[in-house]
Amino acid sequence: MTASVPVEYSLFLAAILFVLGLVGVLARRNVMFILLSIEVMFNAAGIAFVAAGSEWAQADGQVMFMFILAVTAAEVAVGLALLLRLYRHFTTLNIDAASKMRG
Amino acid sequence: MDVVFYISAAVAIVSTALAITRMNAVHALLYLIVSLLAVALVFYVLGAPFVAALEVIIYAGAIMVLFLFVVMMLNLGPESVEQERQWVKWYVWVGPVLLAGILIAELIYILLGERSLLAGNHNVSPTQVAVTLFGPYLLGVELASMVLLAGLIGANRLGRGSTSGREKGKDR
Repeated sequence: MTASVPVEYSLFLAAILFVLGLVGVLARRNVMFILLSIEVMFNAAGIAFVAAGSEWAQADGQVMFMFILAVTAAEVAVGLALLLRLYRHFTTLNIDAASKMRG
Repeated sequence: MDVVFYISAAVAIVSTALAITRMNAVHALLYLIVSLLAVALVFYVLGAPFVAALEVIIYAGAIMVLFLFVVMMLNLGPESVEQERQWVKWYVWVGPVLLAGILIAELIYILLGERSLLAGNHNVSPTQVAVTLFGPYLLGVELASMVLLAGLIGANRLGRGSTSGREKGKDR
């Protein structure tokens, strides 16, 4: 049954989802939506890994997906903490407000 | 059985496209949860049932709940009730419920259908995944734990109240 779905189609799905996430990052100005789009891109990378692992019947793809999961969890925690900090400081979620930051 | 893959992929793409174009954060989160459930079904069809379970439990469960907590924290105050009344309307539910209904129909179709689906030759069992994860990739597991610890400490430091963090954190 798995051989009936070519690996190219899974990679097409991953590519389409990745591009959708990229469009979200580039087009939206709300930090919340940018973080959501980054989630979509992580997820698309995970689809590519799992599809490749399924094609060659190796477990490595799923192991890589678990590492992606750990990285995503850490990224979301830090990103949402930064979002709350930004909202407290500027009382807006516009990412352009942070361009006035001085280091 | 590959028709399940194509329908799930279509649902994932449509719901993701809807998620990144919503104006309301909660609507976007609902569509993204549907998208993650569709991707979990794709994983299941691809012969990765353990990863499909992880996708539902951790992505659609834990991480999206984290996003929802932040959305709720940002909407404190008396206007949130009016906003909530404005958000919860019947047509808000139609899109996610329709897409999720397609997914549950697919899942029932899989479970009622051929029993040989789980016994495909490309099916990678959780045992193989665990042996690989704690065998050649043991160093990666340790590094992942350090990444999670760094994320925990960073979120704790950044998410601390601005009143106490203002004096100490201002000059760093």
